[in-house]
Amino acid sequence: MTIKSVFDIIGPVMIGPSSSHTAGAARIGRMARSILGEEPKSAQIYLYGSFAKTYKGHGTDRALIGGLMGMDADDSNIKTAPELAAKHGLDVEIRTGTGLEGTHPNTVHIYLTGVSGRKVFVGGSSVGGGNVLVSRINDFDVAVQGRYPTLLVEHTDIPGMVGRITTILGGSGINIAEMRTARNEKGAGAFTVIQTDQPVTEKVVTGIAGLPDIITVSKILPFREVI
Amino acid sequence: MRKILSVADIVTESENRHCTISEIVIEREQKLHEAGRKEIWDRMAGLWEIMKQSMVTAERNPARSLSGLVGEENKLLVEYMKTKGTLAGEGTVQAAARAMGVAALNASMGKIVACPTAGSCGIVPAVLLTTAEKTGAGKEKIIAALFTAAGIGMVIDENASTSGAEGGCQVECGAASCMAAAAAVELAGGAPAQAAHAGAIALKSVIGLVCDPVAGLVEVPCVKRNAIGAGNALLAADMALAGIKSIIPLDEVIGAAAQVGRIMPDSLKETAEGGLAATPIAREIARRLGVTK
Ligand code: SF4
Repeated sequence: MTIKSVFDIIGPVMIGPSSSHTAGAARIGRMARSILGEEPKSAQIYLYGSFAKTYKGHGTDRALIGGLMGMDADDSNIKTAPELAAKHGLDVEIRTGTGLEGTHPNTVHIYLTGVSGRKVFVGGSSVGGGNVLVSRINDFDVAVQGRYPTLLVEHTDIPGMVGRITTILGGSGINIAEMRTARNEKGAGAFTVIQTDQPVTEKVVTGIAGLPDIITVSKILPFREVI
Repeated sequence: MRKILSVADIVTESENRHCTISEIVIEREQKLHEAGRKEIWDRMAGLWEIMKQSMVTAERNPARSLSGLVGEENKLLVEYMKTKGTLAGEGTVQAAARAMGVAALNASMGKIVACPTAGSCGIVPAVLLTTAEKTGAGKEKIIAALFTAAGIGMVIDENASTSGAEGGCQVECGAASCMAAAAAVELAGGAPAQAAHAGAIALKSVIGLVCDPVAGLVEVPCVKRNAIGAGNALLAADMALAGIKSIIPLDEVIGAAAQVGRIMPDSLKETAEGGLAATPIAREIARRLGVTK
């Protein structure tokens, strides 16, 4: 049971028109960028459900692109994000898809390629009031909301991995709020999502990246709740 | 830390302590965040700055929405008022124009403060600015009144909802109108009980209002409902300040709205399947915009 604040009633500051179709979309885009961990070079965006039907009128496409460029949900540049993306050499393709029965009506799939050629797939939904849920990263089922600093570690699925990661966090005084490890179907890889109370420092990221059997490390900054 | 579950509790507490509703809400918020008064106050002051900015932008550069369905209604209304006068009175018309301006700004991807939602974002800022101009209240009083608005909104949110998809437009534009009415009474120097009566009168007048956005976009009827929501709030505030009481207290009005929201069919809760969204013209617009086949 969460106790509401006056700022849940008045706020957030956002670019309209819709908290779910615009603000939430910007947040998913920004999370995808963080997950990629570098400047994106191209993006293929598939919209589903209500996103697919009403994205033009809600500026969902612009918000997603803005997010991919690192914009927050209250960034006035969102409106012209597609033009800015073109100028920055970010190649975007928007498509609408069908199917995906059983998933949230406001769902998006993003295939992202970074400047170094790194690729990532991110599947997420805007679940209302600007809140979002990233439920798929590459071939892992995850649940990332982006409200807290979040560390994402892809690693080989061997014993002791999680222990080594948490030791590094603990050593830097970072408290773990929630941690979940997902395995992919093949069983070889694992993906650990760690939400922390304190911001994750670059030192921690490089420390974990330097461990053996680590495939990738990225972090997501929490959304700015305060204006 | 308790939830704020009833307006009556807040009113009684402020009466016992001879303070405003906003005082009670601010203190509670301080406890919730374990923060100083200044921190809480400054955060609300920051939101007011953005609200003011949104009103200025909407007035100077009225924009059309992405679909082109709405925009510039505020300009027409103000021009009309200046050249021909008004039937409803300058304050009401000014507030209506501001509310529509901000709502249209939202529809054109401008920066706004959700209050309580993006669709209903014009009502509270428009009513408070217009009331302050009329009463000469300064910025401090306006910020305090925003806390009052938020306190009332919190009771609505806890006991009903503040999402059109859950409870219809009665809890978006209706909630905003209720919050604005109560806050306007405080801003005009009315008593806490009068603020609650104003909120009750405002919400009673729009209880049952469905959420039926044409083509699923936050444009039609949303923008004009912001205008009417602002006018409704000002009239309700005037009535309460005149000593008119709502026979049904605000808490019970909120309870009734919650019940109406529960039995409201899904087709009238943001799905764009009923109400105005299902009219022939709305269906045609939805087809033209490519929302439906
Ligand atoms: S009609 Fe629906 S979308 Fe429009 S303001 Fe009302 S509740 Fe919001």
